[in-house]
Amino acid sequence: MRKLILTALALTTLATGATAAEVVVYSARNEQLIKPLFDAYTKETGVQVKFITDKEGPLLARLKAEGRNTPADMLMTVDAGNLWQASEEGLLQPVKSKVLNDHIPTHLRDPGSEWFGLSVRARTVVYNKNKVMPGELTTYEGLASPNWKGRLCLRTSKKVYNQSLVAMMIHEYGEEKTEKVVRGWVANQATDPFPDDTKAMEAVAAGLCDATIVNTYYFGRLMEKKPNLPLGIYWPNQNLKSANAGVHVNVSGAGITKHAKHPQEAIKLLEWLSSDKAQNLYADKNMEYPANARIKPDPVVAGWGSFKQNLINVSEAGKLQAKATMLMDRVGYK
Amino acid sequence: MPADSLPSDAQSAPASYRGSHAFCRRVLPWLPVAPIALITAIPVLVVMSALADPDQEIWQHLWQYVLPELLVNTFWLVLGVGLGVTILGVSLAWLTAACEFPGRRFFSWALLLPLALPAYVTAFVWLGLFDFSAPLPTWLRDEYGILALPPVRSRGGVILVMSLALYPYVYLTARAAFQGQGRRLMEAAQSLGLSRWQGFWRVALPMARPGIMAGLLLAIMETLADFGTVSVFNYNTFTTAIYKAWFSLFSLPAAAQLASILIFFVFVVALLEYQLRAKRSYAASTRAASTPTRIRLQGGQGLLALAWCSGVFALAFLLPVGQILDWTLDVWETDLDARYLEFAWHSLLLSGLGALLVGALALTLGYAQRLHPTPALRVTARLATLGYALPGAVLAVGIFIPVAWLDNQLIDHLGLDGQILGGTLAVMLLAYCARFLAVSFGPLESGLGRISRSVDEAAQSLGVVGAKRLVRVHLPMLRVSILTAAALTFVDIMKELPITLMTRPFGWDTLAVRVFEMTSEGEWERAALPAAAIALVGLLPILFLIRNTDHAKA
Repeated sequence: MRKLILTALALTTLATGATAAEVVVYSARNEQLIKPLFDAYTKETGVQVKFITDKEGPLLARLKAEGRNTPADMLMTVDAGNLWQASEEGLLQPVKSKVLNDHIPTHLRDPGSEWFGLSVRARTVVYNKNKVMPGELTTYEGLASPNWKGRLCLRTSKKVYNQSLVAMMIHEYGEEKTEKVVRGWVANQATDPFPDDTKAMEAVAAGLCDATIVNTYYFGRLMEKKPNLPLGIYWPNQNLKSANAGVHVNVSGAGITKHAKHPQEAIKLLEWLSSDKAQNLYADKNMEYPANARIKPDPVVAGWGSFKQNLINVSEAGKLQAKATMLMDRVGYK
Repeated sequence: MPADSLPSDAQSAPASYRGSHAFCRRVLPWLPVAPIALITAIPVLVVMSALADPDQEIWQHLWQYVLPELLVNTFWLVLGVGLGVTILGVSLAWLTAACEFPGRRFFSWALLLPLALPAYVTAFVWLGLFDFSAPLPTWLRDEYGILALPPVRSRGGVILVMSLALYPYVYLTARAAFQGQGRRLMEAAQSLGLSRWQGFWRVALPMARPGIMAGLLLAIMETLADFGTVSVFNYNTFTTAIYKAWFSLFSLPAAAQLASILIFFVFVVALLEYQLRAKRSYAASTRAASTPTRIRLQGGQGLLALAWCSGVFALAFLLPVGQILDWTLDVWETDLDARYLEFAWHSLLLSGLGALLVGALALTLGYAQRLHPTPALRVTARLATLGYALPGAVLAVGIFIPVAWLDNQLIDHLGLDGQILGGTLAVMLLAYCARFLAVSFGPLESGLGRISRSVDEAAQSLGVVGAKRLVRVHLPMLRVSILTAAALTFVDIMKELPITLMTRPFGWDTLAVRVFEMTSEGEWERAALPAAAIALVGLLPILFLIRNTDHAKA
C-alpha cells in the first residue's frame, strides 16, 4: 500500500514538475494516432511530449477551469468547429509562424492564426456500384432530389462531421436553401440514421440503400477489411461555377493555448507536425489527407482519385455549427 | 416477521443520557455525514448553478424541436428497461436463491457476468449481429427470403439490450434479499395455507421489495445517465439532448440546466420510493440466515428454469462475449503489448481502492441513517447518492471545476509551481465517490433494513453498543450486502469513462480509456481487446463475491 501511495505521489510530481524541454498537449485525437508522432518528435529533438486524451467538450471545459495555471501548451482536436470554439472562448493564442503559414493552406487555418489544420478529412459520397448509374451522382444537394427517394442512408446529425458539412452549406447557400436540401435528404432516407459512417456504408453495400455521405478514411478502413464490397467513392461538387465549390473538408488540427508554459517549444512542435516529414505520418496513420498541399497522401488514399476541395475557410464550420444543428433538428434529421 | 415497533436508540437510552447528550446525539451523526454528502453536493451544485442563467434562444429551440421527442423516448426507455430488469432480475434471483434445479450453482454466479461488459460495447455487438447488413439477417434474406426481421435499431431493440445489460443490478440486490429471508419465511407462509407460488407472490416478493427497489433504482439511474448505449442505437433521450446542447450547440450552461432537471426528477423519485418503503418494516427473522431449504423444481419445471437461465445468459453474455473474443483474435497480435499489464493494473488499483472507499462511505452513511432516522438525514442521504443519475461527463466537469479552482487558489497564494490536486489519485477517488455512492449505498441500505431492531436491543442488553455493536453484530450480518456493494462498485468503476478521462494523471491510462481511444474513431474491433480485458478483470470480484456469499448459505 505504501508503494501505491508513493507511486501516486511520484505521478503527481511528474505531472507538476515542469522542465524546459517538454510540451504538454491536450488531445481529442486518439492516442494511437498521435503517440507515434510524439515519439518520433522526441527521438528527433529530445523534447518530451506529455499528453492526455479526452473528448473536445471536456478538454475545453478543463482548459477553462484551469485558466492561466493550465499545464497545457497545445490543444489538438479532430474537427475545426471545436478549435473555433476554443478560440472563441479565449483559450488559444495567435501564432506568428512563417513555416505554418507556408505549409498550411489559408482555408485550413484560423484567419486569426490561433489554430492550424494538420490533416484533411474529406466528407464525400460513397455509393453501391451495382445500383447507381453514372450521372446520378453530382452534388451533395443532388442527393435531395426526388430521384433519390428511399435510396439514401445517413449518419446521425449528432456527429460533428455532419454538423460541419451543413454549417459549410449554410455559409455557401444560406439557411433557406440549405434547409430545403437537408429536408430532402431526410425525406430520401431508406432507414433511420446510423450511429457511424461504417454502419451506413455497410447498409449501402447490403443494398438497403444506394449511397451515403462519409469521411473517406472510414471508407478506406472498411475496404481494407472487406475489399469485395461493391462500394465506390464519388467526389461531389466538382464542376460548379463557384470558384470555392468542392468536396467538403474538415481538419484535424491544433492551436497553442493562451496560457502555455512552453509556447516556443509548442510552436516548434506544431511547425514540425506541419512539416514534410511529419505530415505523412500524421495523415497516413488514419488514411487522411495531409494538410500540407505539397505532400502526397498515402498510395491507397491517392488511389481514390484527386479532387477539388471546398475552399471556404473551415472556421465557418464552428461559427455556424449551432445554427446547423438547430436546422437539422427543425427538419427532423435525427 | 417481527413487527418493527421497537423504540429507536435515542428513546431507549437511559434517561441520564438524554439531557447533556441530546445535543451531541443530534450533531454527532452529521460529523461523518456532512462531509460525505458534500463530496456529491459540491459537483451537483456546480452543475446546478447554471440554472441561474438560462440561454433563451437555445431553450426555445430545445423546447420546440428537441424536448417533445426525447421526453416520450425517455419515458418509454425508463419504463421498458425498468420492467425488463425487474422481470429478468427478480425471476433469476428467485430461481437461483430459493430453488434447486440443474445448473443452479453455475447460473448463480454466471448470471452476474454481463455486469463486466460495458453496455455500449454490448449494444454495438448487437447492432453488428442483427442489423440489416449483418451476416445473420443477410443470410436469412438470401436463403429464405425473410425480409421482415424486427429492426434492432428501434425502441424495442434499445430496451432489450439495456435490460440485458442492466438486469444484474436487480439480480444481485434481489438475490441478497431472498437469501436473507431464509427458510422460515416460506415455511410460515405455507403453514398459513399458501402454496409455494402464492408464498412467493404474497410473502417473499413483498418482503424483498427494498432489495429489488435498490437494484431497480440503480438500473434506472444508469439508464437515465447513459449516453454510450443510446448513441449506438441513435435513440434520442434526455441525456443525448444534454450532450447535444454541450457539444453541438456549444452551450455547457444549457447542458447543465438540462442535467439539473434530470437530477431533480431522480431526487423526487428516490424520495418517494423511500417514503413508501419507510412506512413498513422489512426486517427478517433474526435466525433467517440459517440454512434455507431450497424448493426442488422437478422434471419439467427444472428444465424450464434451466432454459430460462440459459437463454438470458446466452443473450446477455455469451453472444456479446463471443463477438468480442472473435474480434480480439483479429487484433491481439498487433495491439496487445506490455502496456496492457499497466492498463490492467491501473484499472484494478482504481476499482479496488474506489470500491473500498465508496463502500466505507456508503456504510457510514447508511449506518448513520439507521441510528438516527431523522428526515433531514434521510433527505441528505438521497442527495448524496444523486451523482449516479448525472451523465458522466457533466458530473466530471462539476468535479473538475472546484478542484481546478482550489488548485488555482493554492498556486496563487502559496506560489506553487503547478497543480497539486488535479491529476492525483486522491481526486480521482473522491470523484468516484461522487459518482458511485449510490451503487454501494443501495445494497447496504436494503441490507441494513433487513436487520431487525430487536438485534440491536439484544446486543445492547448484553452491553454490546456503539462501534463494538457495528463490528461484532452488524457487520457479520451485513456481509452479503457489503460484498454486493463492493463488487458492483468495483465493476462500475472499472467501466467508468468520463471521470477517469478528465481526472487521470498524464500517461496514466486504464483499460476503459483504451476502449475509449478505439471507439471514439469507430474502431470497434480494436476496442474488443481492452473490452475483453475489462470483462476478464471484472470477473475477479464477481467470482469472489459469489464464493463468499453462495457457499456459506448453499
